[in-house]
Amino acid sequence: MSDTPNVTTGDFEAPTIDRPDDAHTATSETAEERRRIHDLWVAGTEEPSWLRGSTDEQSQELLDRNSDPALRLSQGIAVDDDYLFDDVTDSDELQILNMGPQHPSTHGVLRLHLELDGETIVRAKPIIGYLHTGMEKTGETLTYMQGSTNVTRMDYLSPMHMELAFSLAVESLLGVEMPERAQAIRVLMTELNRVSSHLVWAATQGTDLGAVSMMIYGFRDRECILEFFEKTTGLRMNHNYIRPGGVAADLHDGWEDEIELIIEKVTQGVGEYEELFNGNPIFRDRTMGVGVITPEECRALGVSGPIARAAGIKWDLRKVFPYSGIDKYDFEVPVGKHGDVWDRYLVRIEEIKQSLGIVKQVLETMPAGDYRTLDRKITPPPRKRIDESMEALIHHFKLFTSGFKVPAGETYAAVESPRGELGMYIVSDGREKPWRLHARTPSFNHVQALPTMMTDSLVADIVATIASTDPVLGDVDR
Amino acid sequence: MTDEVFAPLAERFPDVDFEQVLASKQDVAHVPLDRYRGFVEAAHNVGFDVFVDLCAVDYLHRKPRFDVVLNLLSHTNRRRLRIRVGVPASDPTVASITGIFPGANFYERETFDLFGIVFSGHPDLTRLLLPDDWEGHPLRKDHSVGSVPVRFKASPKTS
Repeated sequence: MSDTPNVTTGDFEAPTIDRPDDAHTATSETAEERRRIHDLWVAGTEEPSWLRGSTDEQSQELLDRNSDPALRLSQGIAVDDDYLFDDVTDSDELQILNMGPQHPSTHGVLRLHLELDGETIVRAKPIIGYLHTGMEKTGETLTYMQGSTNVTRMDYLSPMHMELAFSLAVESLLGVEMPERAQAIRVLMTELNRVSSHLVWAATQGTDLGAVSMMIYGFRDRECILEFFEKTTGLRMNHNYIRPGGVAADLHDGWEDEIELIIEKVTQGVGEYEELFNGNPIFRDRTMGVGVITPEECRALGVSGPIARAAGIKWDLRKVFPYSGIDKYDFEVPVGKHGDVWDRYLVRIEEIKQSLGIVKQVLETMPAGDYRTLDRKITPPPRKRIDESMEALIHHFKLFTSGFKVPAGETYAAVESPRGELGMYIVSDGREKPWRLHARTPSFNHVQALPTMMTDSLVADIVATIASTDPVLGDVDR
Repeated sequence: MTDEVFAPLAERFPDVDFEQVLASKQDVAHVPLDRYRGFVEAAHNVGFDVFVDLCAVDYLHRKPRFDVVLNLLSHTNRRRLRIRVGVPASDPTVASITGIFPGANFYERETFDLFGIVFSGHPDLTRLLLPDDWEGHPLRKDHSVGSVPVRFKASPKTS
């Protein structure tokens, strides 16, 4: 089938991004000077509520220092790539600070346990689970027909990608092939979703660094994409639109004009962001050289997506293991080189443009045909047939009540979500419900990599780092 | 399996079964429990140096009852490798691979949390997603949905 990973794909060209100038490699500023500038920032953004004593969850403490050589990397002890590096002071002078779980810049309910030496983070430990709703267990009780309603709620900023990963996994077990139009609609929707997700990232990244008006701009442009989603799928989020066997409905009439409007509007919006950010000394100073992660650390910690690409790893599942016919479209994969927040910003902004380019190509080449497979084992009969045929009615009823059976086996299908590699691991025992449904979500790895990025930097850089990893906590905790 | 990527692994580990499943030719290696850590280390050395995923599957009536499933990726070879290792219910213990892949830290904690599988050698094997005082491991198949009455802090006692 065409959705299968193609391991023989040739090398692809990925242009590296040239930053306007390499400010953070310049050594004219001393560490003290940098710290002074950052102290100013901290004075402006520090929230007194951080200092509110400990919580009642005592067991999630930081471990004894040096008790765990295996965890040195993931706790951020073994990191030496950041610009501020002080010798560790007496342990009496270290203070423990608890950030979250309800801090606005933690993008949900992420809690960070920080060990501070003055303003510098010595160690950090992310504590998650506040949004855990047992979606993997729920997935075992829902049929494959109902399953996409469940998975779409995990990553609420890129529901289309969750549905696509789930559908690809189920389809690889079933061994069915999608019609060309269904594949093109899937590409259109997921790429639009990538744009809308990156727009939320741009909005929150700006807000967290003090550019509050970015919130308005980002959500303004995202709104037109959500309106398009609502017209086609009926919902603004959690669409349950991409399903095993195709998509739920064909695109609505006049969608071409709306896509053109979206492309025009978002392109103009992205130009505004670049105008706002690129030359902005505050934004540059707060992002360049902040939250650095190296390619080796990315590989060891399973970091993927824009963060890994900003670190210089030329890896995009759309190019390497193409799915849903995305290799038919022409696009480039932006790659950074420093692995800091600024490079992530550049990579994501470029990804928005590339995704809009893909959307435009889909618009020009949308094939005619069916929007779902005609395999009647998984697709209900058309509405018209139900009025005239008893068997069609029974068929429809059976499919929606007891679902369809999927051959026994196990599969892992991955797509490139806005955050990185999003995988679905499904074990089927030959019945209508998955025996095991596991979601490999990118944010889970990225939250785990936060200490690596943020240790040896300043407290004020935490918010910049968290915002740049673009975590969705519903995705982390599932 | 005759594949140049896996040839060094297959040579060194004759007791490991390699297979390709489905039309998408996903590579799966079935590893004996006691060879697991060594195999992962060897796979890391032949280029599977990207940690992707670790989870477990509960087969309930099968022996061994659990499977720990590890997904690795090789950027250089552009291949994925899925490593499965059977874990008996009587002694659900697997060697931890946090020393090889630090990224396995949260995944092993999650698997311990939800399946009760112990990763020996893990430096911080505590619950990750569930509250620390939670009893049981809910992703096990004998833990049915709705079997735990959820009592919220402010609600009156039900029993």
